[in-house]
Amino acid sequence: MATVLVLTACSTVGNDSGDETGEEKSDRVVLVTHESFVLPKRLQRQFEQQSGYDLVVRASGDAGALTNKLVLTKDDPLGDAAFGVDNTFASRALDEGVFAAYDATLPEGADQYLLPGDDERALTPVDNASVCVNVDDTWFAAHDQEPPATLDDLADPAYRDLFVTSGAATSSPGMAFLLATIAEYGDEWPDYWERLMDNGAKLTDGWSDAYQVDFTQGGGKGRRPIVLSYDSSPAFTIADDGTSTTSALLDTCFRQVEYAGVLDGAANPEGAEALVDFLLTPEVQAALPDSMYVYPVDASVELPAEWAEFAKQPTDPLEVDPADIAEHRDEWLREWSDVTSR
Amino acid sequence: MKRIATLVGLAAVPLAVLGVFFLLPVSGMIGEGFVVDGSFDPGAVADVLTRPRTVRVVWFTVWSAVAGTAVAVLLGVPAAHLLHRRAFPGRRALRAALLVPFVLPTVVVGVAFRELIGEAGPLGFLGFDGSAVAIVAGLAFFNVAVVIRAVGAAWESLDARPAEAAAALGASPAQVFRTVTLPALRPAIVSAASVVFLFCATAFGVVLTLGGLRYSSVETEIYLLTTNLLDLQAAAALSIVQLLAITALLLVTNRLRAVADPTLARSTARPHRPTRGDWPSLLSTGLVVVLVGLPVAALVVGSLQVGDGWGLDNYRALTTEGSRQALLVPVTHALVTSLRTAVDATWMSLTLGLLVAVVVTRRSHSRAERRVRGLLDGLFMLPLGVSAVTLGFGFLITLDEPPLDFRDSVLLVPIAQALVALPLVVRTLAPALGGVDDRQRQAAASLGAGPLRTFVSVDLPVLWKPLLAAAGFAFAVSLGEFGATSFLARDENPTMPIVIFHLIGHPGAMNYGMALAASVVLAATTAVVMLVVERLRVPSLGAF
Repeated sequence: MATVLVLTACSTVGNDSGDETGEEKSDRVVLVTHESFVLPKRLQRQFEQQSGYDLVVRASGDAGALTNKLVLTKDDPLGDAAFGVDNTFASRALDEGVFAAYDATLPEGADQYLLPGDDERALTPVDNASVCVNVDDTWFAAHDQEPPATLDDLADPAYRDLFVTSGAATSSPGMAFLLATIAEYGDEWPDYWERLMDNGAKLTDGWSDAYQVDFTQGGGKGRRPIVLSYDSSPAFTIADDGTSTTSALLDTCFRQVEYAGVLDGAANPEGAEALVDFLLTPEVQAALPDSMYVYPVDASVELPAEWAEFAKQPTDPLEVDPADIAEHRDEWLREWSDVTSR
Repeated sequence: MKRIATLVGLAAVPLAVLGVFFLLPVSGMIGEGFVVDGSFDPGAVADVLTRPRTVRVVWFTVWSAVAGTAVAVLLGVPAAHLLHRRAFPGRRALRAALLVPFVLPTVVVGVAFRELIGEAGPLGFLGFDGSAVAIVAGLAFFNVAVVIRAVGAAWESLDARPAEAAAALGASPAQVFRTVTLPALRPAIVSAASVVFLFCATAFGVVLTLGGLRYSSVETEIYLLTTNLLDLQAAAALSIVQLLAITALLLVTNRLRAVADPTLARSTARPHRPTRGDWPSLLSTGLVVVLVGLPVAALVVGSLQVGDGWGLDNYRALTTEGSRQALLVPVTHALVTSLRTAVDATWMSLTLGLLVAVVVTRRSHSRAERRVRGLLDGLFMLPLGVSAVTLGFGFLITLDEPPLDFRDSVLLVPIAQALVALPLVVRTLAPALGGVDDRQRQAAASLGAGPLRTFVSVDLPVLWKPLLAAAGFAFAVSLGEFGATSFLARDENPTMPIVIFHLIGHPGAMNYGMALAASVVLAATTAVVMLVVERLRVPSLGAF
């Protein structure tokens, strides 16, 4: 009997059911997002106080899974607003009519992140981060070697067996890197990848395996001093002397922009619009680097000290038209898998 | 007539749950693949099946799962002998510890394995990184505990007298094992192997992380097709392949599992100390300990590393929200969520599993009845063999309207986990129930006992040990479940595997250290829970 009592006390049943049924639907805003979404509780409460709506966050899966979920449920949307569809998946969501138009007032400097081809203004840019090749400067200093600087360098025999990257088919940074090479080499990109693989590039499943296990500055102290990561990563490898041990190669970057939007057919479109506006406020924009490891789109927001000093952003990242990505994703990934598994 | 009514009555609840939370979502998702631009078009699905890539993927899935299962069985059966039939200090702790891999998130195990066998690791010289050997080792790592536990439970309650008789008649230990013990254990071994095969065939993280992207299994392919490419035809085709494969597997195992007379007289021997003749068991237990111990040791070592020194800082950080508030809730909070979810998943899968086990093991009076029972038995194995992605997406598109408006329910996560654990529970309980002589029940009934009283006084005494083992399994499955949970988990209350995945996916030495520390805590929690379950003698039941 005692066991039963203990067990019921431990159960989740009956604890949280109140927020499911007790409220009128229009009193709340449901945000559908990916698993990397983190917004400090303090800011969530602030939104609830200012707007009068209860905020419900439903986070799961990665950006690709999020987009496809939204597409599959577009006739009966999972919530009111969505955050986290990025520029590599955005075209698919737009083509499928997932989002309703909402022309949010953008903060200073944010219009450069608008999605090309989104003429109806369905998607509002919220943050950005560039996927760049990173190098371990201490390793190259110790080996008395100049670190690489360009994509071409990575295929140079001088840097044989030194590069590790996550795969395009299984990770979002991997896909961004593939797009960077497509932007750089056009139709010749499979040749480049062949040279890259011949030069001993190592492929892993996801970012954490490449960075944490194989990279010399990762948690597991691996053996490869060149890794695919982000422009912000050098802010996280600060040594005792106050300098960063790594740097991002700014000529190898592909910029990922994450968007928010109001879902078509939302139960509470006003609430969804208020939430999109809230994501653009200086408070949320300033919290993005620490909670989600991305840069704000608001140019006037101050970055954390380490970011301002060590996390340099590319001024002219490599770009691929979102419509092209939507059209060729399947074909590119198939060809990439063929080239890399040869 | 009354028998059939009872059968239907007992099976109704599990069937309804399976129908709503499994068959409906999965068929909904497969249906999406068959409907192209609003019209039914099975041609596209059929095309996918003949692609060379599909054939390659299916072939890899089959042989890697067979290899993983074979290794797990070859190591697990002798280890089960040592751990369940021999007495030595620390036996219980070892048994509990071996269940740890079961709950570790694959992303962390992947990191731990690769720190050992990667280029810079102590075992790097073997060149296993990114090879099929690493995948098979990973599969065995996760699943050997299933074999040990399921076979061990059966071995413990095996009648010792036939073996003693054979030995007294001059049979060598090997002969005794081959002609007496092994046939008696066959149902348990086949049961365990079939479950392990399904786990291996649907393994996801292991194939990607340890295979260095050179290998694709049906499961990884469905993930890519569904979450990335939105190629639902191809995903549906592969889901159908999965379903067909499971059906074939179930038919085969059903035959192999059948024994002429499942009834066992129970006079079990007390375990005694290991002797020199036990060297095969000692050897394979040693191998299992190495296989399971090394990656776990790598995790522990990594979690204690702080900068260039050692310390407990990573563990202390678990009560915080990460170095820069990267988490919404402290890891300790996630642990509580995980434990509570696991309690729910456990009672759900035990309730359903017990009903199913009772239904499938009652003696059939006709061929047709036996068929129906066999069918039911197989039906509840299906959730193990179908991709979590298909199920997760299926939930979203089918459970969105009253009266089945469940897609936002807090119960979805424990229910999904309970369904994953259900086959293990059934497979653990069914052999024990099947071993009860039906005449005992008849005797009880003729002495005036009602069905409930009969169950309590005849079935429960032989069932309580397997029931505990099953509870342990279900609890562990729930604690470690990542696939379905990651599709369903809500941000406010993430479980441990979700938080660990989040931590390890971001830069910063502290996040990495915390991810390892959190994994160690999850592992230790599991081991402690398992140990408590083993010690739980439940006197009122044990005294029957």
